[in-house]
Amino acid sequence: MQNSVNLTDIAIKYGFLVLMAGLIVFFGAMAEGFLSPFSAVFILQSVAITGILALGVTATLVVGGFDLSIGATATSALMLSAYVMVVWEMSAVSAVLLCLLMGAVVGLINGLLVVKMKVPDLLATLGMMFLLVGLQRIPTEGRSISTGMALPDGSTATGTFSESFLMLGRHRLDVIVPNLLPLSVVFLIVIAIAVWVFLELTRHGRLMYAIGSNAQAASLAGANVNRYKILAYMISGTLASVGGILLAARLGRGDVASGNNLLLDSVAAALIGFAVLGASKPNAFGTAIGALFVGILLQGLTMMNAPYYTQDFIKGGVLVVALVFTFALSGRGGRGRG
Amino acid sequence: MNDHAIRLSGVRKAFGRNQVLRGIDLEIPAGQVTVLMGANGAGKSTLVKILCGVHAADGGAVTLAGTPFAPETPSAALRAGVVTVHQNINDGVVPDLDVASNLLLDTLADGAGVFLRRRKMRARAREIAAAVGLEIDVSRQVADLSLADRQLVSIARAMAHEPQLMILDEPTSSLSAVEAERLFDLIETLRDRGVAILYISHRMSDIRRLADRIVSMRDGMISGVFEDQPLDYSGSVRAMLGHAITEVDFTIPPAGRPVLEVRDLVLREGAAPFSMTAHENEVIAVTGLVGSGKSDFASVLFGLDEALSGGVLLDGRPHAPGSAQEAIGAGVFLCPKDRLVNAVVADLDITRNLTLPFLPRHSRLSFVSAGSERATAARMVGEMGVVCQSPSDGILTLSGGNQQKVMVARWMAETSRLLILDEPFQGVDIQARRDIGHKIRETAGERATIVFVAELDEALEIADRILVMSEHSIVGEHRNDKVDVSAIMAQVVHAATARAAGK
Repeated sequence: MQNSVNLTDIAIKYGFLVLMAGLIVFFGAMAEGFLSPFSAVFILQSVAITGILALGVTATLVVGGFDLSIGATATSALMLSAYVMVVWEMSAVSAVLLCLLMGAVVGLINGLLVVKMKVPDLLATLGMMFLLVGLQRIPTEGRSISTGMALPDGSTATGTFSESFLMLGRHRLDVIVPNLLPLSVVFLIVIAIAVWVFLELTRHGRLMYAIGSNAQAASLAGANVNRYKILAYMISGTLASVGGILLAARLGRGDVASGNNLLLDSVAAALIGFAVLGASKPNAFGTAIGALFVGILLQGLTMMNAPYYTQDFIKGGVLVVALVFTFALSGRGGRGRG
Repeated sequence: MNDHAIRLSGVRKAFGRNQVLRGIDLEIPAGQVTVLMGANGAGKSTLVKILCGVHAADGGAVTLAGTPFAPETPSAALRAGVVTVHQNINDGVVPDLDVASNLLLDTLADGAGVFLRRRKMRARAREIAAAVGLEIDVSRQVADLSLADRQLVSIARAMAHEPQLMILDEPTSSLSAVEAERLFDLIETLRDRGVAILYISHRMSDIRRLADRIVSMRDGMISGVFEDQPLDYSGSVRAMLGHAITEVDFTIPPAGRPVLEVRDLVLREGAAPFSMTAHENEVIAVTGLVGSGKSDFASVLFGLDEALSGGVLLDGRPHAPGSAQEAIGAGVFLCPKDRLVNAVVADLDITRNLTLPFLPRHSRLSFVSAGSERATAARMVGEMGVVCQSPSDGILTLSGGNQQKVMVARWMAETSRLLILDEPFQGVDIQARRDIGHKIRETAGERATIVFVAELDEALEIADRILVMSEHSIVGEHRNDKVDVSAIMAQVVHAATARAAGK
């Protein structure tokens, strides 16, 4: 090993982390207040929801799949939680449970489409995305959900978002400074660690990586390939619904227009994750770093007064650079997919 | 008939350390059908790929009609007059287009103009089809044609180039007898027109029907050329399989209790039922030509496929696994052939490849214990003699032989009742082959072992007992002490020629 370490290897392995450290130093010097705890927390909060979705995509990437329906699943969860509390006037707990169930069922259907109906991953989840985008608008005839809205039958919705539900998106814990750490960031960290542990330390995660690398070999080694693929889509769907719940709790209304960027941002984070530590494959740690990287970049540029409309362009640039790191520089080709 | 369309001398090709062609000298005369025979891995496909411009040779020379021939791309080979009809029929046609477009595909690809003139195309397509005696409505979609018609379309398309050499790679493998007959008629027409035909096949029926001369290939070399009439068919098979008498340096141990009992198993429609028993402390080699049903038999034992009828007993209890998982649970392990497709997981390191099937053994509450994995990997790497810097290196850093050792070690790390190894010596060097064979015999005591090999040498090297498979049934059994090699050969060949006679 010692004599095989050269500059390219180091660049591939630590390039992205060095780049991130460099960004932090740069913004710290250029933008006043960038290095404050509040700024750090703001960055974390801005990436919490996309980060959680990206971790779900990572699970599907690991088994060689791809879930395009996560954004739509998240906004469906947003609308469903609002509908449950505002129209049906049920409790926060039932709203959360129903959303999680919905996410898991969406994942199950995605998985069955891919595994049993043999629909290619991208197409199956693309179809599911359209289905969900349409479905979430039907009950309210395309309107956003908030207390006092008129219902299709002429009555008025009288339910409200319960305080405990809103806490999920808005409450801040006292860490060092009072009211510092938002709950959504805690969720992100917990979920990131859980997904990392699951993928890296358990035999289920190992088998999922094996399936993504060579499904035929994994199957002949006794792995139940179909079951793990379905499981990956269910993880993805469930995490997407968690993201949707957090978004609903932050907004406090069932807004049909929100969440447009969720899909692209989270897919970008997961793909950037390929480049972190030279993994050349989907991994939870890389995904979390990928999400954080985008967050830091955007926050820094915003504090330096870069206009908002340049954001997507910058994200695209980062993604392309990360993909070059993964596929061209490492020479291993990584794992190309759709 | 001294008009040699193509002449190869000293053609060599290696992939990494794997020397696939070790100096091929071959002449393919015009106006004759030269049949090329060779077992899996003999180098036939590589040779074809060099001729049709997919690979470049590492050394040696090829001349086509007297001029040097070294095509850099398949289309360069095509322009020079070498056309190839591939084994996979759908490689030669575009199913979503109509017959006319398919016949004119090559002109479309490098033609001038933007818009298609349908009527003119169809007229030209009909000419091409008529030239090879293909009677077909050129406006039909290729997707609606039978496999045989698709193949004729791809041949007709190839013929439009006025080829000097036509290579057909196992063209009858998906055709019925009647369809194959149509193809043979066409091939004979082409031959009589002076085209040199290189026909690759193991089917004795095809070979008897078509061959003007037979060339046998083995281990990357030409092992025999047969052109005297009548052709020596069994000689050619012998040259292909080879049987340089191997030193059998072991004595056959007494077999233990029966482990696997197969009763009247029928693998496919029309195959004869067969029975066999495998005992503890016994290594059985099942040998036979490609397509004789060896892999089908392995699939049934490992739960990947169902037999049509008959029964299998494992330690006296019925054994009919519904999946690989169930088979492994019952103690039946399969080390599959074609390791890069069926076994190697490129993203995992050596250790993780080794422990893949038995992860539950290495985990507590689903958490994998790295220590337990490392211990197993270190033990198996040592026992198998895997040459590697560290068990945590990537699996693809290993040579083919060492990769194969890891794949075999994967299934030897736990005790099995029946260990099946399908072509375990495929693509490995001689040292790895010895090591793997030695290890298989050394550990055979507590289990029954079945090794599927196409090469008779390998069977003689490893087995206590050799079963000959043909036509999806077992046709011969030989104890490997005073074995009559020519008798085994006769069974391998005879059964294959019987198929030809029965046609």
